[in-house]
Amino acid sequence: MTLLKAHRISFWTIVFWIIMALGLTATVIRFTQGLGAATHLSDKFPWGFWIGFDVLCGVGLAAGGFVVAAAVYIFNLDYYKPILRPAVLTAFLGYVLVMVALFFDLGRPWQFWHPMVMWNPHSVMFEVFWCVMFYTTVLALEFSPLVFERFKLEKPQKVLHAIIVPLVILGVILSSLHQSSLGSLYLIVPEKVYPLWYSSNLPYLFFLTAIAVGPAMVTIESFLSSRAFKREIELPILAKLGKVTAVALSVYLVLKIEDIVNDNLWSYVFTFNLEGSLYWAEIILGAVVPIILLSYKKTSSNKKGLFYSALFVVLGFILNRMNLSVTSIEHYTGAHYFPSWMEISITLMIVAVGFAAFRMAVKYLPVFPEEKKSDEPLSKTFDVVEFIDGKHAQTAVLN
Amino acid sequence: MQHYGILIDTTLCIGCYACEEACANRWGFPQSDVHELSSTKNTTVLTVNDTYVPRMCMHCEVPTCASVCPVGALQKSKEGPVTYDVSKCIGCRYCMQACPFDVPKYQWNSTNPKVTKCDMCHDRIALGGKPACVEACPAEARVFGTLEELKKIAENRFAQNPSNYFPQIYGIKEAGGTSILYLASKPFAEIGLKGNLPDHPLPSLTWAVMSKIPNYVFWGGTLLGGIYWITNRRKEVREFEAKLEQMEHENPSRRISNHEQEN
Repeated sequence: MTLLKAHRISFWTIVFWIIMALGLTATVIRFTQGLGAATHLSDKFPWGFWIGFDVLCGVGLAAGGFVVAAAVYIFNLDYYKPILRPAVLTAFLGYVLVMVALFFDLGRPWQFWHPMVMWNPHSVMFEVFWCVMFYTTVLALEFSPLVFERFKLEKPQKVLHAIIVPLVILGVILSSLHQSSLGSLYLIVPEKVYPLWYSSNLPYLFFLTAIAVGPAMVTIESFLSSRAFKREIELPILAKLGKVTAVALSVYLVLKIEDIVNDNLWSYVFTFNLEGSLYWAEIILGAVVPIILLSYKKTSSNKKGLFYSALFVVLGFILNRMNLSVTSIEHYTGAHYFPSWMEISITLMIVAVGFAAFRMAVKYLPVFPEEKKSDEPLSKTFDVVEFIDGKHAQTAVLN
Repeated sequence: MQHYGILIDTTLCIGCYACEEACANRWGFPQSDVHELSSTKNTTVLTVNDTYVPRMCMHCEVPTCASVCPVGALQKSKEGPVTYDVSKCIGCRYCMQACPFDVPKYQWNSTNPKVTKCDMCHDRIALGGKPACVEACPAEARVFGTLEELKKIAENRFAQNPSNYFPQIYGIKEAGGTSILYLASKPFAEIGLKGNLPDHPLPSLTWAVMSKIPNYVFWGGTLLGGIYWITNRRKEVREFEAKLEQMEHENPSRRISNHEQEN
């Protein structure tokens, strides 16, 4: 048993270090020889995998942070409290990593701060920059109580407690702005985006899919951390989150159908070329199947059903962003684009660092509610008194 | 101030590439026989369906690139050219992604890369001169002047040689109008000029959304604050009632429930 465990850890450790080695090699090439040497980007394809996956998907997948924070602090749904901290932690790490990815993608990363002083309020990119910068700060503050708690700093904890509601409101506004604005980035190129993905509703479509994928990501993260840290899964909470995803996806589907009717896209929908097929894959896998899975009680309240519906939502979401940013632009320029090994390994490195940072945070900070840990007897850290009344066993924790 | 522009008459272009050479000299780029726009070629002469078609930045009246640039590195100058300031640029390449004419190019193999495109020889115009490519053209296929002058010249050419021309000027309405205008002997799509552009400037598509943001922040903040107030109040009432019930439970003799108070 212990042998098996040691084996598994060393396997993932090896994978981690291979990814790091490849990623660091690619990093050196990127910064000593330029974007052309490290990526398959070109004049015909100026935005590739780093924008499509690291930024468009990364920001969306981190949406769980603001959805859960809004539920807990603004809607006062205490029910979701146990998953608040892991969700905020994931979002915070996600945003930091998106910024790291941008450092690789920007041609002149040492000037990244320019939008702070050189304003162009007409630019969607300008708005995204400000929102992401502010929201990462908000997330850092939302996350900071864990650090304060760990080091028993009571004063800052009190200050933060006093401002948390306005802070979360600000976070929700900033999130809804830049989540939708990532879609608005493409509003200005109506003749470049393939008709199936262009819509004047792009900001709303992006916002809805972010609302859908945020909780799905929280669900997947819960499953992964329950395995990694041997914790109970908060199944009833995840089931409720699933409902949020299902509602957001349903509204999304209605808007997608509205696009087909309004822009008369029937011929595109029923042309089964590469674009048409990917469109159907995205709609069916990423929206229709999860909505069905999440609507039936049988599948929406058990582990497997929840996990697979969340997985489909995430994969469908990634497919959607890649379709918009790569598939449809490929169709326009006629140029083929597939990321280089360096683009992929730098992305993998960033993701791997994210996983490692999450692990470290869980190890050293009170991310998960203590009493949920099932492998460590509570008596180690607390005095535990057990009352047994009839068939119910109650555990009271006295400090 | 009247915007300057260039009238490109594809019926007169003889494909001598003197414009390419003059342009390369002005920018300090190497001469090359590859006739396409690149990071070392800011104007070129394409051959499309047996027609020589000079290409360069269109210098849109409401430039998409200037609208999308997060730091305002691209600007429509008062003389007409769209200029680029590398000292501001962060290298996000949104200008390349957004340009309806796919003009901006990138120095991909530099660690200190620039966006490259024609600036209509802004420095020379500001001193009262002409763009290098116009000066080099031996065939009057490129004519420099204010947009009004250029339109008059175009009308004159239509009137003098009606059989030579497809009677429209490309660039009057495309994407809200450009400072580079084209004349051709056949429909513009046949010489590779994009035909599916809207007549209004493309930046209006994003401005329709961006201009709503201050309103959204105000109303969104108010709405969320309101929701918080209501749900928080409900929570307080719920907790209070629970406490009340508990007290009743513990002290059955001192009933103080709402129901009895009402009676």
